[in-house]
Amino acid sequence: MKDILQYTLRIADTSLILAQRLSEWCSKGPTLEEDIALSNISLDLFGQANGLLEYAAKIDQSKSADDFAFKRDERNFYNLQICEQENGHFGDTMVRQFLCDTYFMLFYQQLSSSKDENLAAIANKSIKEVAYHLRHSKNWLIRLGDGTKESNLKVQKSLDKVWKFTGEFFEMDELDHLMLDEKIGVNNTLLKKEWDNIVNQVLSDAKISRPKDSYMMTGSKRGLHTELLGKMLAEMQYLPRAYPNAKW
Amino acid sequence: MSEVLFQEKIDKEQKIEPKDWMPEGYRKHLIRQISQHAHSEIIGMQPEGNWISRAPSLRAKMILLAKVQDEAGHGLYLYSACETLGISREELNQQLHIGKAKYSSIFNYPTLTWADMGAIGWLVDGAAIVNQVSLQKTSYGPYSRGMVKICKEESFHQRQGYEIIAEMAKGTKEQKEMAQDALNRFWWPSIMMFGPHDSDSPRTGNAMKWKIKRKTNDELRQDFINKTVGQAELIGLTIPDPDLKWNEEKSSYDFGEINWEEFWSVVEGNGPCNEQRLNHHIKAHKDGAWVREAAKAYSKKQKN
Amino acid sequence: MTENKATVWEVFIQSKNGLAHKHFGNVHAEDKEMALQNARDLYTRRNEGSCIWVVKSENIVSSVPEDETSFFDPSNDKVYRHPTFYKMPDGAKHI
Repeated sequence: MKDILQYTLRIADTSLILAQRLSEWCSKGPTLEEDIALSNISLDLFGQANGLLEYAAKIDQSKSADDFAFKRDERNFYNLQICEQENGHFGDTMVRQFLCDTYFMLFYQQLSSSKDENLAAIANKSIKEVAYHLRHSKNWLIRLGDGTKESNLKVQKSLDKVWKFTGEFFEMDELDHLMLDEKIGVNNTLLKKEWDNIVNQVLSDAKISRPKDSYMMTGSKRGLHTELLGKMLAEMQYLPRAYPNAKW
Repeated sequence: MSEVLFQEKIDKEQKIEPKDWMPEGYRKHLIRQISQHAHSEIIGMQPEGNWISRAPSLRAKMILLAKVQDEAGHGLYLYSACETLGISREELNQQLHIGKAKYSSIFNYPTLTWADMGAIGWLVDGAAIVNQVSLQKTSYGPYSRGMVKICKEESFHQRQGYEIIAEMAKGTKEQKEMAQDALNRFWWPSIMMFGPHDSDSPRTGNAMKWKIKRKTNDELRQDFINKTVGQAELIGLTIPDPDLKWNEEKSSYDFGEINWEEFWSVVEGNGPCNEQRLNHHIKAHKDGAWVREAAKAYSKKQKN
Repeated sequence: MTENKATVWEVFIQSKNGLAHKHFGNVHAEDKEMALQNARDLYTRRNEGSCIWVVKSENIVSSVPEDETSFFDPSNDKVYRHPTFYKMPDGAKHI
């Protein structure tokens, strides 16, 4: 069970950290309509994280979902590093979102046939949500890429900057192989082909070019992160840590 | 249609619709009131937005984010109603940015602890709801329909605030102190939200005659205080007004003198956060300009 | 500098399969897809919808209050269009 717990935390943390980042947009969106859209996506992701952490708490009965979210240090967080990257401008956020949404879509499609019923159920619910997110981010990426000269340059830069974090989507470590063998987990390597297809098509529609695969960041499966995560957690976890006996 | 016919229609409780004839004063009053209301929803996202990243549980975080998102939605319903009077959202935005249009002064106070999320939901939304419920019957159709929708959605806002503060009031010593402190700071600004006394509110006359407003500032304020005192008592918090007491004869609460000097000073721009709130809004608007332009340019290309 | 105005779209939502679409309000958007998504995000946060229509506000043609008498009064006296106008023999059923 410890393996499933660890596997679940990886998925949960990825949703949680991306949700937390997206929620920072609230009241700052480029239009009010888009402000609402970003909050909606963030809420979906918080919901996914919550469901997954509830499951984690069911496995490890000594902890609650909130304990997992608010009482772990950054070295014990396993989210993909792309999720903790700063929002930057709207183009940075949409590029990050599009790359993640495409991955989520393919990942949850596979996870929905997991032998683990809890994970399969969460995946099935999440597919509907991420399908919408992908439609949203894809459309924005095309609008920005094929909008003005300025917007095209901006999102091209956003893409170049964040590309090195996309390698983590497809990594397989020991735990991944174990979960795959037990028909619980997903073969991340196999997602790459379809991910490439979708990304290439959208980038071409958006008139921006795909960066060359060079050095790719790695480490999140072992709790290694960029410096950004620690500060984010310090803010997020402040109240439950400062008042450990309080209920809210 | 003359002003007499217009007034007859109002007196018969018929709604005025966008294409109907209306006196210029009526249109102006509506634009001022609805846009102020819309701006308040939007600026009001900030003090609560200040705590989204620090909400103490996943549940609290999702609730708060959904609530602040609702405020954006309500702002949009109201802008949408205002646009039917022949003014664009861009113009309304600009009036806000140059200080010509106002928003509720309550949002110029800072949110310093998590208990403030409770106080805002309970008191500020509570006060807003008292006002909005009466506005469901306002004479202008689009405004009235917007209010109906807003009231329906907003009923959870006050409850979530009261839940937060009630939970803290029965929590640890520190939590209790935070809860009382939040009430102390937000009580007076909340009852100021209803605006000056009727005797000092020059525009009330027309607004009542035209049935834009259905109750006066003082009536609404009294409603709110009567409703709220018992809620504070129930959770063991003390309203910071030594003169507050039940008046059997009036069958309502007497309360102390409001500090109007503070009220006007915050309205004039001297509140703790006036500048910060407005700058935040202006910055978001400016930062988004290239995005809006790109969307426009993209759409144009699709047509060609 | 006054900036370019956004395009305004009217939003109609069918709340349940089988019911008619109802006007909900407007959204700003620059293209059809954005209008649809904005309407979805703004007006169906509480499970209110099963289908959304969006249409550019400028494409809506409305009658005006001055038309009211000439448009709608003439149907006032056509009582024969209503079933209650007709006399039925006592005891007639299923009609």
